[in-house]
Amino acid sequence: MKKSLVILSVLLLVSVFSSFALAKGFTIAMLVKNVGNPFFEACARGGQEAADALGNTFIFQGPPTPTVEGQIEIIENFIAQRVNAICVSANDFDALVPVLKKAMANGIKVISFDSAVNPEGRIVHVNQADAEQIGKLQVQAIAEMIGYEGEIAILSAAATMTNQNTWIRYMQEELKDPKYAKMRLAAIVYGDDLRDKSYNEAMGLFKSYPDLKGIISPTTVGVSATAKAITDAGLIGKVKLTGLGLPSEMAEWVKNGACEAFFLWNPVDLGYLATYVAGLLCEGTITGKEGETFTAGRLGEYTIRKSQDGGTEVLLGPPFRFDASNIDEWKDVF
Amino acid sequence: MELESLRVQRAKSLSFRWEWLLLVLILGAFFVNVRLSPYFWNYRSFMDALSVFLEAGFMVFSMVMILVAGDIDISVASIAALSSVLMALSHKAGLPMGLAMLVALGVGVACGYFNGFLISRVPNLSAIIVTLAGFSLYRGIAYVLLGDRAVSGFPSWYSYLAWGYIGNTGIPFMLAAFFACALVYGLVLHRTAFGRKVFAIGTNRTAALFSGVPVARIRQILFTLNGLMAGVTAIFLTSKLGSSRPNVATGYELEVIAIAVLGGASPSGGKGSIFGACLAFILMRLLRYGMGLRNIPGQVMMVAIGVVLIGVVMIPNLVMSRKKRTVVS
Repeated sequence: MKKSLVILSVLLLVSVFSSFALAKGFTIAMLVKNVGNPFFEACARGGQEAADALGNTFIFQGPPTPTVEGQIEIIENFIAQRVNAICVSANDFDALVPVLKKAMANGIKVISFDSAVNPEGRIVHVNQADAEQIGKLQVQAIAEMIGYEGEIAILSAAATMTNQNTWIRYMQEELKDPKYAKMRLAAIVYGDDLRDKSYNEAMGLFKSYPDLKGIISPTTVGVSATAKAITDAGLIGKVKLTGLGLPSEMAEWVKNGACEAFFLWNPVDLGYLATYVAGLLCEGTITGKEGETFTAGRLGEYTIRKSQDGGTEVLLGPPFRFDASNIDEWKDVF
Repeated sequence: MELESLRVQRAKSLSFRWEWLLLVLILGAFFVNVRLSPYFWNYRSFMDALSVFLEAGFMVFSMVMILVAGDIDISVASIAALSSVLMALSHKAGLPMGLAMLVALGVGVACGYFNGFLISRVPNLSAIIVTLAGFSLYRGIAYVLLGDRAVSGFPSWYSYLAWGYIGNTGIPFMLAAFFACALVYGLVLHRTAFGRKVFAIGTNRTAALFSGVPVARIRQILFTLNGLMAGVTAIFLTSKLGSSRPNVATGYELEVIAIAVLGGASPSGGKGSIFGACLAFILMRLLRYGMGLRNIPGQVMMVAIGVVLIGVVMIPNLVMSRKKRTVVS
């Protein structure tokens, strides 16, 4: 009796979550680095909006932890479900290429957004902002906050993440400018986009570099964890912080002074643009070639341009600065 | 005496029932999924779904043997990462791919041998401590060698290992290799004197030692085998990713142990079966594939898999306690 009950409940688990979206238009799947990340939840909202605008069905998925192995499993499931397009924010620039090639061989339109995949494994990339601009902007901001003098550190996501590594390269380039001669990049540490690990890495920085003046954290998880670490360690005003963050998570830390200003593009718009581009590719309105122009719904006109990695890309726009003057109007948006 | 034979009988009938139970669960999961998703039963997708994550499956067999012998090895995923990185680097340095694959196997064997040497020859060093150290050590070396870089540029034939099919049967090459491996390991563990000695060690190590079983040598061999299989995993995984990084196969050790235990292997030794491990692997795949087709969020899937693991592993306890009650009354 008990045994059959247990078996029954196990089987039930398989069928618990169900709601089948009826197919209308094209099915566009968005695959993000990991679920439970507010940035990607905001992307999903924009994606849903764009899919609705074009009469498409929208699926949102991601592995519980940011690994390529998890993303490969999900892409295999997308292929089995015969989705029409996949928009992926890749956990690794190269490792998804074989499985994405398989998807494209099955007639699926593959684009990357946020974090690019190798041009071999995609049709076009939707870039949130120019990497050079993002890297340099953050160095300029932290330099201003600490008065162009002292040790700074970078607290990044995982050591393998394409985005962060490119930005950090541009940060290092910007730091070579003579006006930063009195500043020194003391360390680059990795919080793997996990809150507890990022927090501990920040605490570790305070210990290892007692004269630390500023931290740049170019990842939403890292920057809010660092702000909390600065607050908890009683270092508000002593260690300055900037980076890329979500207004809803950062509002508290802007108000208590742990972070004067941070940057980000609008993830709702990013998800919207990616899903819109995927929809247009399915319709055949665009093919992803350099020089094509199109209108992306409420966002307006875009042109496909050559990207630095040898493929093509669509650029969303310049990053946006959030500080005490505007945080209140944005903190409820995303 | 009579009581003892009764207990043995009960244990036997239980292990017999265990694989039946897994089969029933597999069939159940299969039919529920077929009813729930129109995409589930499509021969090609189904074969593909079975071979997702299959690269880790190769380590399950040797892990079952280690568990049967009453040991554990949590360093396998780290060994796989180091094998993958060294294979990629040696290929980049000009070694032909065939030889680079031998490097991967060699690295696996070396790491496994090192683990086994410490565990079996140094007194009072338990497997969990040594392999916990190995868990950090081997992946650490991989990070030292490669940092945050990736290595790619393998010959195109190499991708056949993870992505190719046998002729036009639709059977993935990796799946065939997996079952071939299962057959070999099944025969070794269940049909040879070596296998019986492994069970003897796990049931009672001291008794085995005094019966003339070369305990140290066999444990040494088991850990070396596990390292070898980590090398096999590295070869298939690198083929699947088309590139290598120090963070590949993260978390695989836990999944491998979970599948071995779900397949009936006991972490306290003396119990386990290769056939059961194969069934457990298939069951796990069906559940994940089915939930994936329904686009169930990753976090929910983790919870569901955890519940299934606890539920299934608890079943024999429930059955046992009911039996006991009937005997008493």
